[in-house]
Amino acid sequence: MIAVAMSGGVDSSTAAVLLKEQGRDIVGLSMQLWNQRRSLPGDEVASEEQELKRSGRCCSIDDIWDARRVAAHLDIPFYVLNLEDEFEKTVVAPFVGSYLAGETPSPCILCNNYVKFNHLVERASQIGAEKVATGHYARVRHDQALGRWLLLRGKDTRKDQSYFLFGLTQDQLSKTVFPLGELSKPEVREIARCAGIPTFDKPESQEICFVQSGSYADFVEKYSGIQQDKSGSIVNAEGRVVGEHAGIHRYTVGQRKGIGAAGKPQYVVQIEPGLNHVVIGENSLLQRKRFALRDANWIAIETIEKLDGPIRCDVQIRNRFEPQPAAVWMEDGEVLVEFDSPQRAITPGQAAVFYWDEVVVGGGWIKS
Amino acid sequence: MRRVYLDSNATTPIRPEVVTAMMPVLTEHFGNPSSIHWFGQHAKSMIDDARQHVARLINAESSEIVFTSGGTEADNFAIRGMAESQKAKGRHIITSKIEHHAVMHTCQDLEKQGYEVTWLPVSRDGAVDPDSVRRALRPGTILITIMHANNEIGTVQPIEEIGRIAEEADVYFHSDGVQSTGKIPIDVRRLKVDLYSMSSHKIHGPKGIGALFIKKGTILKPLLTGGGHERNRRSGTENVAGIVGFGHAAKMARESMATDMARVGELRDLLEAALKSRIEFIHVNGENAPRLPNTTNIMVDYAEGEGLVISLDLKGVAVSTGSACSSGSMEPSHVLTAIGKTPDEAHGSLRLSLSALTTREDVEYVIEVLPGIVERLRDLSPYYKKV
Ligand SMILES: Cc1ncc(COP(=O)(O)O)c(C=O)c1O
Repeated sequence: MIAVAMSGGVDSSTAAVLLKEQGRDIVGLSMQLWNQRRSLPGDEVASEEQELKRSGRCCSIDDIWDARRVAAHLDIPFYVLNLEDEFEKTVVAPFVGSYLAGETPSPCILCNNYVKFNHLVERASQIGAEKVATGHYARVRHDQALGRWLLLRGKDTRKDQSYFLFGLTQDQLSKTVFPLGELSKPEVREIARCAGIPTFDKPESQEICFVQSGSYADFVEKYSGIQQDKSGSIVNAEGRVVGEHAGIHRYTVGQRKGIGAAGKPQYVVQIEPGLNHVVIGENSLLQRKRFALRDANWIAIETIEKLDGPIRCDVQIRNRFEPQPAAVWMEDGEVLVEFDSPQRAITPGQAAVFYWDEVVVGGGWIKS
Repeated sequence: MRRVYLDSNATTPIRPEVVTAMMPVLTEHFGNPSSIHWFGQHAKSMIDDARQHVARLINAESSEIVFTSGGTEADNFAIRGMAESQKAKGRHIITSKIEHHAVMHTCQDLEKQGYEVTWLPVSRDGAVDPDSVRRALRPGTILITIMHANNEIGTVQPIEEIGRIAEEADVYFHSDGVQSTGKIPIDVRRLKVDLYSMSSHKIHGPKGIGALFIKKGTILKPLLTGGGHERNRRSGTENVAGIVGFGHAAKMARESMATDMARVGELRDLLEAALKSRIEFIHVNGENAPRLPNTTNIMVDYAEGEGLVISLDLKGVAVSTGSACSSGSMEPSHVLTAIGKTPDEAHGSLRLSLSALTTREDVEYVIEVLPGIVERLRDLSPYYKKV
């Protein structure tokens, strides 16, 4: 039996359609991740209106309803699993912690690593499913020669989501099916339409699903219960104070921040959590070649430690970014990456994913 | 696939005879019972018959039965109505920690409105101690509301003793009888209740219809005002088909309860004994208290209730974990918490509830499939491997 992670959207619904057409025994699972009724510290008792507003995008009750409708349409068993505690522990709290530490987190990757491909897979095996399918645009393949499970970019490179999946372990990959890996988005929509999927033209979710109304910064403040003044100094590259900020969690490296003395635009070039400083400077200061990585996960190779020299690969440092050639090696217990040419805004907290063409070598989190 | 339904405390299948009884109302006998003409009179007389059947099931008089939209409305009507009618006398209500949400959330709402509520604890077997009711009484107490049988673990509360205490103290007494009605003999006179809630869909009748027994002479402020139906107690054109179905279900329950429930009790005991002998580390919640004959709530160590319910469903067996309404949230059941279970223990609990329509083959099928499912879940549990 294969468990299909269903969000009600066109992608996961089509994944279910394809597996069903192949005659596989499937069960639909939706995850309830963030309780809309939960109030955050600092909230008054939520009014009904606020409760309504709290319904988010990818994990809202509406989406679960959509998923249920699709499952009913396909006539497959369907269940909602409550993974709220796991989601809060492994996605929401680290998301907030990351911002407070001056980083820019990627919650969707955390959710894939720790919720979808960890707890969901575990729950699926409890109910007798050997594999879990999702609607991601990516491919999994077992390589006999290497004796390893490989993760590849989706055939539709514009929709490819392998970047978000770099954290999958060999065990997780062995239990994963990506039915959309060989398809393009228009093809997927067409399959959904022909199969009569009621949500075939539903728009895609973009926002961070648990941050609903207001900005992510408001969410971070509310969730962490920030009471005290988080304001600090904005300094220039020479260390001179040039202004004041309202909390480092409100800034992201590369973000434009006013106009400098010489009439040149100024950008956030660094965030210093220890000093509570936001450092700004000219665009040229954002150009860097080298960075260190934490919590690396290797897919196409066993580990980098056993290799003699650096490996060459193309490195992607955020979602929309053309991978650039670089060398990756291990030094003093740390994974280091050096691009052949400087790149703009290498942002701590974002993921760096290594590719050999369409094969994901591995990846990790940008440390500094 | 073979389908076995063991979730009768959530709802029961409608008996075919009940459907037959309802059909004329859904077709030619469509009249409004308030109308003077033949159509109306016919509808009215069908309601009167149904009322009599419901009344007889609990040894009440017809005039003491008010039809409602179900158990939830009956509970709301009893508690809110009494709180309103008696507010000049006092604002204190006594209830238990194991009530159905229909009672619990209503009392919580009244707390917000300034009423004081005493939430009585229960024993580890899920029984309310009548003495604790006595001790909770005070001059401003206006209502005692304690359920007759618990929907999750099936424990039957000492309603008769509490009724005596309420009578001595001259305090109104409501009991939520949704789960006990039709499963155990009920005599509202002997129980000394003033108000008693019932629901049709738990006794093989249709959903969306229930009743509140209101003892003669009891003043209760209506929830719904309007055309003065149900002797001014519950306005709104009657759900005639529902009422007729409920009446017929009540009639059948009264006629066959003794034999049905004796058989159901044997099946339940067989189920418990077989599961205990085939599965290690399971316990029956509320085992040592008086229980409904149809309910068993078992705690399966080292297995998740959610995984058990889904796995069973994939094999065609319908059961529940926690109470039906609270599934979907991960809050541990307040009933299991009240009998001293930890959240983990509560999440590993499974409720199997039988009905008059359950067969021996149904039970045997569950006995056959459950051990394998538990084994699979335990094999995947990091905690189980250590024992
Ligand atoms: C003890 C108890 N009270 C009240 C109710 C509510 O009844 P109804 O579903 O008819 O509103 C139920 C059933 O869910 C119940 O088990």
